[in-house]
Amino acid sequence: MNLTDDDVRDILRLLDSLPFTELRLETDSFRLALRRGADGEWTQAGEVLSAPNELETGASAHPDAGGHADAGANTDKGGGGSPAAARDGLLEVRAPLLGTFYRAPRPGAEPFVEVGDLVEEHTVVGIIETMKLMNSVPAGVRGKVVEILVANAEFAERDAVLMLVAPE
Amino acid sequence: MMVRRLLIANRGEIAVRIMRTCRRLGVETVLAVSAADRDSPPARLADRTVVIGPADPARSYLDVDAVVGAARATGADAIHPGYGFLAENPRLAAACAAAGVVFVGPTETQLAAAGDKLAARGHAVAAGLPVLPGGEVRDVRAARRLADEIGWPVLVKAVGGGGGRGMKKVGGPAELADTIELAMAEAGAAFADPRVYLERFVPAGRHVEVQIAGDGERVVQLGERDCSIQRRYQKLVEEAPAPCLGDAVRAGLHAAAVAFGRRLRYRGLGTVEFLVDGDAFYFLELNARIQVEHPVTEAVYGVDLVAEQLAIAEGRPLRPELTAATPAGHAIECRINAEDWTHGFRPSPGTVTAAVFPAGDGVRVDTHLQPGARVPPHYDSLLAKLIVHGADRAAALERLRGALTRCRIDGVSTNLPMYAELTRHPEFAAGGVDTAWFPGFLGFLGFLGDRQGDEGGGRG
Repeated sequence: MNLTDDDVRDILRLLDSLPFTELRLETDSFRLALRRGADGEWTQAGEVLSAPNELETGASAHPDAGGHADAGANTDKGGGGSPAAARDGLLEVRAPLLGTFYRAPRPGAEPFVEVGDLVEEHTVVGIIETMKLMNSVPAGVRGKVVEILVANAEFAERDAVLMLVAPE
Repeated sequence: MMVRRLLIANRGEIAVRIMRTCRRLGVETVLAVSAADRDSPPARLADRTVVIGPADPARSYLDVDAVVGAARATGADAIHPGYGFLAENPRLAAACAAAGVVFVGPTETQLAAAGDKLAARGHAVAAGLPVLPGGEVRDVRAARRLADEIGWPVLVKAVGGGGGRGMKKVGGPAELADTIELAMAEAGAAFADPRVYLERFVPAGRHVEVQIAGDGERVVQLGERDCSIQRRYQKLVEEAPAPCLGDAVRAGLHAAAVAFGRRLRYRGLGTVEFLVDGDAFYFLELNARIQVEHPVTEAVYGVDLVAEQLAIAEGRPLRPELTAATPAGHAIECRINAEDWTHGFRPSPGTVTAAVFPAGDGVRVDTHLQPGARVPPHYDSLLAKLIVHGADRAAALERLRGALTRCRIDGVSTNLPMYAELTRHPEFAAGGVDTAWFPGFLGFLGFLGDRQGDEGGGRG
């Protein structure tokens, strides 16, 4: 990956005149494997080996910049197990995919639902943003919202319990 | 002034792409990364890396203060924003000026004019470019009135949007209220600007855009790109030149793009997007940044657009490398995304275990992948761009078919198999399809898939 496409092409021109079908290059900073298939065409697989040359600056003063705070903060949000299932027959609204959970259609707007609201299967209870795509989250169950477990703009794992609903 | 140390405020393939040019030019690179990207291949490739915030892009890649602070702290004399994130944010341009750091991009005023899609429409009209009937709507009632006036169906677009986001088709009055709500939701969340506007929907248009470059005085064009293969307004395949386009339309597009750039006294790289409907065309928007699909133009014109962008940022007039460039051959790009195209294009974050790409004449791959690279859920799904160049479109397409068979990405789901199907399709091979064609093609494949499932057999 330290080599440009032009570099790779020059190497291939050299190799094309030789009987080799494979070249492996490895230095301290990178690894490159070039292979010629049965059809005579080449593939490349590159890898940067050098460690990031990370600078400490005042700019990285975010309190959670250094750690994996996002993942850590999430573990108690019902991401893995299903302790909520044990709670007196309450129904769960789970995240269909991992991403950032939004309770309202836009900043400053009223949340889709609040505790005490009645929801149907198709009621939209939030939005999950994953890889820039907004995915609406349908309740999937009928009943009254009794608890909202993930706050607005919090990260939610796939299948994390977002809300608890009491069947009506 | 000369740019000696460049801070790259981006990630993924474009970070690697910018570093390539820097390495060639002897410019030192500092990569500003989020905590999620601190061990990424781009972070390893950069001369220096600085962590500017947590994985959440709002507190890292979208944080103007963090980005400019990192540039100052590392002694960078310029910031390249790539595309997306802060690339077209006038606040970054202003903050750079205040900090005495060169912003690699247009002026703050030009960014504001391009970013407000209604303002851009106004400039287009003033420069004599045709636009679609439409305008701003503040509520559902006003939208209803305007839509009745310009005719259904209509497109709802975010004033602060662009790049296809916050854009929705409304077939009739019944869907209008819900769609306006959702469009405002997406716009508010993504751009902190919930304003939307309407434009008449053109069912069978082609998306053709013109690459321009300006130095504040002179504006030149480097031909057009056809980006009509899209899904939900996200481009998947781009090619240059646009196939099956009349000479008059082509020349008209080029002239219109230059006229628009002149109107703004444009400085930097830009892309003027148009909707082509038969022999007519309409201005859509100006993208005031380097575009994802810039490599097809580079392949055809033999230029390095990032190098020219840096030269313009240094305050130099457009160089002969750019002004004297002439087109040769045909280039096609496929965007390889981490999404499971067999399950509604569901995003597929994860860890890459293998990444093998084609190499050789007329083949270019822009990527940030290598074994062990993580594809975090916080950012977009672009994994790699495969670009092929040939003497003509048929040669480029043949090369593309072969190159696709030599791509292998393990660990995440990708849309690679979709391109194998697409490039075999006779209508795609014929060229010049409109934006309605690709969704139909996907529907057709879905039908085939179901049938195969029913019959329990494959097609071999």
